[in-house]
Amino acid sequence: MKNSWWKILSVVLLIYTVIGGLLLEVPRLVIIHESIRALYFHVPMWFGMVFLFLVSVGYSIAYLRNHQQRFDTIASTFAHAGLVFGILGIITGMIWANYTWGSPWHGDPKQNGAAISTLIYLAYFILRGSLDNPEQRARLSAVYSIFAFAAMIPLIFIIPRMTSSMHPGSGGNPGFNMYDLDSRMRPVFYPAVVGWMLLGTWIASVRLRILQAEEKILDLEYEKNK
Amino acid sequence: MYTLFLFQFRSEFRRKSIFLSLVLYLIALVFINYLSIGIQHRSLSPGIWSALFWMAMLSTLIHVVAKSFMGDKQGTMTYLYSLASPGQIILSRIFYNFFLCAGIAFTGYVFFAFWLNNPIEDTPLFILTLLLASFGFSSTLSILSAIASKTNNGNVIMAVLSFPILIGILLMSIKITKNCIDGLEWEASATPLMMLVGINLLASAFTYLLFPYIWRS
Repeated sequence: MKNSWWKILSVVLLIYTVIGGLLLEVPRLVIIHESIRALYFHVPMWFGMVFLFLVSVGYSIAYLRNHQQRFDTIASTFAHAGLVFGILGIITGMIWANYTWGSPWHGDPKQNGAAISTLIYLAYFILRGSLDNPEQRARLSAVYSIFAFAAMIPLIFIIPRMTSSMHPGSGGNPGFNMYDLDSRMRPVFYPAVVGWMLLGTWIASVRLRILQAEEKILDLEYEKNK
Repeated sequence: MYTLFLFQFRSEFRRKSIFLSLVLYLIALVFINYLSIGIQHRSLSPGIWSALFWMAMLSTLIHVVAKSFMGDKQGTMTYLYSLASPGQIILSRIFYNFFLCAGIAFTGYVFFAFWLNNPIEDTPLFILTLLLASFGFSSTLSILSAIASKTNNGNVIMAVLSFPILIGILLMSIKITKNCIDGLEWEASATPLMMLVGINLLASAFTYLLFPYIWRS
């Protein structure tokens, strides 16, 4: 119970996000209107995704420094959870775009950047799937993950800021950005970001425990059949 | 390192058929582009020309660099690793692949100019872009080829791994090429040029840092 305070915190924050996000007052803006509430559910997906991928890359670096199989498992589970967040982010964004821009895929630079990072991590799992030797799989996928992450940074953080985007808050669109976020939205937005990040970590840790349990079962069966 | 570099040139000349097959691949690709699009539209719009050109480059250069590690026999690699440090090997590979990519890119440009017109107004800038993009391709693909060579279906893996990573280089090159065709000032292409240089530096630095972890098997 002592170590699970952050799980309880995550649940509390997310319940608060759902209730507050749907019921509390939001600023009325042209075009966006009530769909501004997507901020509480769509934007935190990207915070969560980047956070989970960062953790994954961190463990990949740790694996290359001292070869421990444990680090590789952690890196891959966090990448898994990050991928789920990325796909959810794209889907929530598409639902939102369908009502605000008129079509789910609008060729917005941020949208394309998100699709690219999803492709990169899908490739990461394909690479893992095509290597049989666990030691080699860990090493090569760690190298790819670090390299891809380094290549992804300019794509999803710099290019969208250079070109005009239809996203609210950039290029003179009505709406919000990090600096002029309406003060009525802050009390829900920040808890939402933290809550979703914690939930992602939780998902990853549950998956990690499942994998470790499976490994243990395999070991036991191996012992028995020896 | 210089010796390694020469060694690769010499071994390449011994396997002439591979290099020539790539050139033929490129010619066939450009010709297909010409048949499928060039014939109907006498003059292509700048956007379509540059997109077609870089698509052809993408698919050819992936094969060019992919063979750099996948074509190697187990024995040669062990021999090389016993002689030189991994850093030297990857640097010589990057520069060698750079020459190869630049050569193929120029050949591609010549054939494009032959069949699909040559709309480029600002040739020096375009050649600079070709060189920068070749370096980017060679540094990015060299390490990916080393990774893919360890898997059992290397060619597919190579394409899957490299496409998302190369998109940045491709987009920047297409943008500059379009500016070259429109004959815009250099200032208009300054930002994508800087981005291209930045991506190159990033990619080669990470390749150099990460390669030692790959070759160890």
